[in-house]
Amino acid sequence: MTEPAASQPPRAAIRDTALPADAAAPAESEVSSDQAGTAALLRTENLTRHFKIGSALSKKHTLHAVDDFSLTIGEHEIIALAGESGSGKSTVARLLAKLYKPTSGEIYFQGRPLSAIRGRRAVLRYRGDVPMVFQDPFASFNPVFRVSHGIMRCLKLHRPELSAQQRREEAERVFTAVGLTPAAEVLERFPHELSGGQRQRVGFAQALALRPKLILADEPVSMLDVSIRIGLLNLMADLRDTQGVSILYITHDIASARYVADRLIVMYAGHIAETGPTEEVLSRPRHPYTQLLLSAVPDPRAPLGVGAETDQGEPPKVIDPAPGCRFRWRCPLAIDECHQVTPPLRELLPEHSAACHVARADAETQAFR
Amino acid sequence: MSSAPGEAFQGNAPGGISGNVLEVRDLSVEYLLERGTVLAVDEVSFDLAAGEFIGIVGESGCGKSTLLFAIAQLLVPPAEITGGSVIFKGRNMVGLTDRELAAVRWKDLSVVMQSAMNALNPVKSIGAQFDDAMRAHGVTSKAQIADRSAEVLRMVSIDPIHLKSYPHQLSGGMRQRSMIAMAMLFTPDLVIMDEPTSALDVVAQRSLMVQIKELQEELGFAIIFVTHDMSLVSHFSDRLMVMYGGVVAEFGATRRVFDTPLHPYSVGLLEAFPSIRGPRVPLTGIPGSPPNLASIPPGCRFAPRCPKVMARCEVEPPPLYEVDGTLVRCFLYAGEEPGK
Repeated sequence: MTEPAASQPPRAAIRDTALPADAAAPAESEVSSDQAGTAALLRTENLTRHFKIGSALSKKHTLHAVDDFSLTIGEHEIIALAGESGSGKSTVARLLAKLYKPTSGEIYFQGRPLSAIRGRRAVLRYRGDVPMVFQDPFASFNPVFRVSHGIMRCLKLHRPELSAQQRREEAERVFTAVGLTPAAEVLERFPHELSGGQRQRVGFAQALALRPKLILADEPVSMLDVSIRIGLLNLMADLRDTQGVSILYITHDIASARYVADRLIVMYAGHIAETGPTEEVLSRPRHPYTQLLLSAVPDPRAPLGVGAETDQGEPPKVIDPAPGCRFRWRCPLAIDECHQVTPPLRELLPEHSAACHVARADAETQAFR
Repeated sequence: MSSAPGEAFQGNAPGGISGNVLEVRDLSVEYLLERGTVLAVDEVSFDLAAGEFIGIVGESGCGKSTLLFAIAQLLVPPAEITGGSVIFKGRNMVGLTDRELAAVRWKDLSVVMQSAMNALNPVKSIGAQFDDAMRAHGVTSKAQIADRSAEVLRMVSIDPIHLKSYPHQLSGGMRQRSMIAMAMLFTPDLVIMDEPTSALDVVAQRSLMVQIKELQEELGFAIIFVTHDMSLVSHFSDRLMVMYGGVVAEFGATRRVFDTPLHPYSVGLLEAFPSIRGPRVPLTGIPGSPPNLASIPPGCRFAPRCPKVMARCEVEPPPLYEVDGTLVRCFLYAGEEPGK
């Protein structure tokens, strides 16, 4: 990777001059304080997103997709956001991608609040810094264009300083980086000529061409065959190590999260249930929901036998939720307090937090095995 | 099955003579396309005993879904059965007319599709769809239909109140379970499932698998379960068939295939998914891509991706060998008995 190091300073300079005047001042103070402290690339504070639902005229119900969600993503790290469908993990990705506005709370990217990023150029630059890779490699490419079309357009839009020749070279560079070789030849193919795994690599190449800081990967491997998935997971680890990007890896497959992620966030019904270093959380799950997730993972290496759980995996109700733990209806350990008070995220072990009234640092609270 | 209406829908005892519900012999399916034919299923044979659970695994494009569709006689052009037979309860299904097939479907053989959202009619309530299937098979008493519909929904732990619900009002897990309930309406002898859990998350998936297994043990139907996720069936199926490039690569008792996989492809598949327990080891998956079935290489179809490839593999297609009861299509076992 030739350029990133060299190109970093001028790019930051361009960023500052291009800022709308109103946003520049708070941004600077934030940046300095951040640089002094942790190397947080992106951080959210009490991020909340509600959706009004109901008929067009009377939207009286509120769906709490994401509630009070605080996370920090550092540089060069893969964070896995795991949870079942409807847990709000994709909403988090869309909030971070600036596709939704938060109902309340704030997202800071490199210390700058996202709400201050306004105007076409600033938003474009943010989208280049934080691109998305989508779930369905069969639906996310225009079938009538060669794959070069998409990546060339990205480059033209986000990096207008490049000449046509440079764009071509850059496209070949990122295609090679994601293992699509010979790059010149693959660029001229149509999406239908590529396998699902290859298409998903094109998705990562497209993101990489923008020289991103953070890639939001929403279930990037769930549509792929088991034998192909590992290749993509290895690619993500490789991009972190060689290209220096961070990745938010959204998944419902906790085993793959274990394979690539440095840290793990388990989400349930819009809340963070448990978070910490991946291996730590998975070897000592403290939240009953994490324990349930782990017990449900099919593992052929485990001895044969049908489990005795009665849990049916029904998603929780997050429409106008009353206070209290949202997992309480499924939780065998629920106590009175769980029905009245929403449990806050507490640090039980170093860097390892869970939102549960019952969970303790020791192993006594085991709900599912 | 204690209540009176239940008994009326008990299927007949499976095919009396051999004890096999299904016998598939040398079944071949080709897609007849303008630019040539694609041999999607190549001479697959197997028997399915009454009440047995067979898992079929493989990558997309390995022919597993085509095989299922061929067994259920659901193929549409350009796909066509070009050889072999499917004997279901002593009767060859290949070549039956639509009318003859309609009599068998739902009653003796049900199919549960991958996506319940697409398989269920979005503008009809669940109950109306159950009603349809039962009327098509000559059950016209409203009371009987209502009783049986409620009964099958209860079997899959759904409150019968949902007979009035429309598919979009149910969660993904409930939709899949109501599809399974519908498949149970007549207590068939064989239920064919095409990745019924792939749209569900892991907890719902586990719960559905447990439920399918419990229903099977209670009602005694046989299951053919197709999935690309080998680990999913590991705890549920009796026998496991690994397909690769339209042929059977390995076929044996599930536990055996998991403990001592014989075919290099099975070994690769097993090593392709990360474990949630045990040490964290780097995995490689299986490099390369599945074969193009429009131009099948002369030798073994897995040879280009095989870590143990030999000179012989490139030129000669390996037959099935039998190793301690497991069938395996690989020259590594050339000394063993030829399998059937």
